[in-house]
Amino acid sequence: MSSDVLVRFFGGDVWYSFRRSPLAIASATVALFCVVCAVFADWVAPHNPTDLATLELADALMPPAWLPDGKAKYLFGTDAQGRDILSALMYGTRISLAVGIASVLVSMLVGVTLGLVAGFVGGRTDAFIMRVCDVMLSFPAILVALLVDGVGRALFPQAHDTLAFAVLIVAISLTGWVQYARTVRGSTLVERNKEYVQAARVIGVPSLRIMRRHVLPNALGPVTVLATIQVAAAIIIEATLSFLGVGMPVTSPSLGTLIRVGNDFLLSGEWWITIFPGVVLVMVALSVNLLGDWLRDALNPRLR
Amino acid sequence: MTSPLLEVRNLRVEFPSRHGTLLALDDISFDIAPGEILGVVGESGAGKSLTGAAIIGLLDPPGRVAGGEIRFEGRRIDNLSYEEMRKLRGRHIGAIFQDPLTSLNPLYTVARQLTETIRTHLPLNAAQARERAIALLQETGISAAAERIDQYPHQFSGGMRQRVVIALALAANPKLVVADEPTTALDVSVQAQIISLLKRLCKEHGAAVMLVTHDMGVIAETCDRVAVMYAGRLAEIGPVQAVIHKPAHPYTAGLMGAIPAMAEDRERLLQIDGAMPRLTAIPTGCAFNPRCPRVMDRCREERPELLDASATRAACWLHDVGVAS
Amino acid sequence: MSTLVDVRDLAKGFDVSAPWLNRVIERRPRQWVHAVDGVSFSIERGKTLALVGESGCGKSTVARLLVGLHSASAGEVLFDGQNIARTLVGPQALALRRRMQMIFQDPYASLNPRWKVRSIIGEPLTEHGLVRSDAALKDRVVELLQSVGLVAADMDKFAHQFSGGQRQRVSIARALATQPEFLVCDEPTSALDVSVQAQVLNIMKDLQRSRGLTYLFISHNLAVVRHVSDHVGVMYLGRVVELADKASLFATPRHPYTQMLLDAIPDIAMSGRSRTPVQGEVPNPLNPPTGCSFHPRCPHANERCRQERPALLQIRGVRIACHAVEEGRI
Repeated sequence: MSSDVLVRFFGGDVWYSFRRSPLAIASATVALFCVVCAVFADWVAPHNPTDLATLELADALMPPAWLPDGKAKYLFGTDAQGRDILSALMYGTRISLAVGIASVLVSMLVGVTLGLVAGFVGGRTDAFIMRVCDVMLSFPAILVALLVDGVGRALFPQAHDTLAFAVLIVAISLTGWVQYARTVRGSTLVERNKEYVQAARVIGVPSLRIMRRHVLPNALGPVTVLATIQVAAAIIIEATLSFLGVGMPVTSPSLGTLIRVGNDFLLSGEWWITIFPGVVLVMVALSVNLLGDWLRDALNPRLR
Repeated sequence: MTSPLLEVRNLRVEFPSRHGTLLALDDISFDIAPGEILGVVGESGAGKSLTGAAIIGLLDPPGRVAGGEIRFEGRRIDNLSYEEMRKLRGRHIGAIFQDPLTSLNPLYTVARQLTETIRTHLPLNAAQARERAIALLQETGISAAAERIDQYPHQFSGGMRQRVVIALALAANPKLVVADEPTTALDVSVQAQIISLLKRLCKEHGAAVMLVTHDMGVIAETCDRVAVMYAGRLAEIGPVQAVIHKPAHPYTAGLMGAIPAMAEDRERLLQIDGAMPRLTAIPTGCAFNPRCPRVMDRCREERPELLDASATRAACWLHDVGVAS
Repeated sequence: MSTLVDVRDLAKGFDVSAPWLNRVIERRPRQWVHAVDGVSFSIERGKTLALVGESGCGKSTVARLLVGLHSASAGEVLFDGQNIARTLVGPQALALRRRMQMIFQDPYASLNPRWKVRSIIGEPLTEHGLVRSDAALKDRVVELLQSVGLVAADMDKFAHQFSGGQRQRVSIARALATQPEFLVCDEPTSALDVSVQAQVLNIMKDLQRSRGLTYLFISHNLAVVRHVSDHVGVMYLGRVVELADKASLFATPRHPYTQMLLDAIPDIAMSGRSRTPVQGEVPNPLNPPTGCSFHPRCPHANERCRQERPALLQIRGVRIACHAVEEGRI
């Protein structure tokens, strides 16, 4: 059954379009590389920046290996505590990706469900959900995130550092779900009037089953593209929040936190502590975005 | 014998695609005499709309003319630049498409669209162009033309819009009008009105018409000659009475048999088993051979050219002189 | 001959008013489209009734009302004596649905693009609990495919791998899965090429004969209607204007609209018959004419036609809604 799916995928137009697009291949490779480094950081990273016992203060503020004072042991240099920047990047990417993907998954779950219900049921339910969407859209994502974070700090003053992960995900998905709801609602409205749905009603299939088995799979197309692009957006929002100091703490830093920490050293000459995390952030966000762009064009039947 | 208005010789249109290059039109040749109405009939995928598009120069890329030539009044037009083709369109060749809703720009009044076309091709000033536009609308049967000309397309009904489209096509007095399924999107009663209007106006303006449609009834009512297309090739061509009542090609015969007739009651409709081959899987030899009730061995190997049958010309080996039919 | 389907004064209106805010600000009234405006007919077991008419006449809405896709605003539909509106909300709903099915116009939208044919045809079987095992399902699906001229191997294909005519056959197979008695066919061949249409119509006729099916056949194509129907109902702007057996309708059409429709059909035989010129177009259903809705286009209209809506009366063996025919003027 799943080999069936694979055969269909690799014989299909999407894979064909992928093979012919150097940009898609390049961005997929970069994204895949970052993901692999992030996931397997424990084995791939040369050092473990979270293990305080391995840090040598003597090696603090070392420049990257190719500069005069650098050591090969620390390829991209070290920060003020002697942490290897390269390893910190890998662990940081892992956290950034985790937050990005998790918040997109939560947004998708909430948004797709609400969109499906709004489109299928219609009437007042639809109107209500859409008005909630409109209200949510008028709040800038960063402000909402700041608000949620502030509430989180107030509610759990001691446990804040470990809960930061969960709070961040809630903060980002609180505004993220709206896009999915609207897109899925649009697709649902279109699919609902198609004759195969009417045929299912005539057969006597109950509404809930029609929604789940007929409408949902056909309404998901645009969602894949949206999700890919939203991952990049979520990563950047998280980085912004961490940079502002309200995101991931220094004990488990994301890329944004690393940028913030390194920012203080920028003007005193130790540029590598903030620049490298910045470059990696841009690489990850850009490659995911480009992948999303390609996917949108590949899935659009008219452009094929 | 007057020289033909439009000559199409060995026209080939291909579409490069991921499955290889697909030949959508394969060696099509026919003529249209000045003032005559030629019908081009076929089922979906036969290539009739493509033929019209190739002649007007509006082939959707990546489709392109890959061979043969199209001559209009003796002059080659298939290799003209976009600018030159644009001048030819509208002035000498008019076009009518299927959907009147999308043929007219919803943002401009009918007056503006008509006068713009007229002034692009004829040396008239604004007032003269408007007068001509009103006259055209009146000819197409739109009452109160002088007032309605300033309305927007959405304020007209479907049949009225198609009349405006016909007026647009005839605005610069073209010698040839290419009409692609002009009545398919209309109600039955309106279809009859539009067909007779098209026929009458074209005869009055002396324009030849290439009428592309899948509806044999429309062809029977309007055309002088008809060309039957199948899988990108010409199956039969001849005077309309002859093709309908004495079809020489087995496909034409099958098509006529499959149409439910008003005149008689039949228990079963004649059916041609199978379906038109997709462009990626056209059989060798005659494209119709897998479905033909009178297939011979030769049909599977050699592709037939248009041969003279009794009243028409058909691409069928049954009519090769020397072969018992 | 027993009556299987009995429709009495069926009506359906759609609210097409502008949104509440627009109505308040622009002071616009509520607007209704009376898509079906008091329609009555009956269908005998084993026979085919064709409903014919142009756009906006309501024939598709009638089709959907008959299978419960819309709920009627007024009137009732009786299927084998039971009122379907009541049955479809009660415990017997599934049992009723088993007995009537529908075939749709668009072969490209009537099959779920992500499902294999096996699931598409299997859905009614599993929904109604007609098969006990996977093997039984497979056997039944193969049987159904073969009954419409397809092969067992087609079971594992997706909809887009078939042509329009083949998809329509899959739709027919799906509709037959529950062994219904009544099939509503909404323009099943309008989107198909002529030669493919012939195949599908032949299959439908064969199936009717072998299984004793009753059809309601919706179409705008009078030639097709002539080929498949036993009785014909002509609709105009939501009302039935003529209801007769096929022979009478085509030989001697009485209602001026029917005559106009028959005249408008292009004449392949080119017998050179003279045609009465046709006037006007179907009016906007939002603003239908008063009285008899056909009067603006009718050459026989008088003052009574402009004011009074004609009832569907039995006149000389057929049912006509026309004052002129009733008064003997035509």
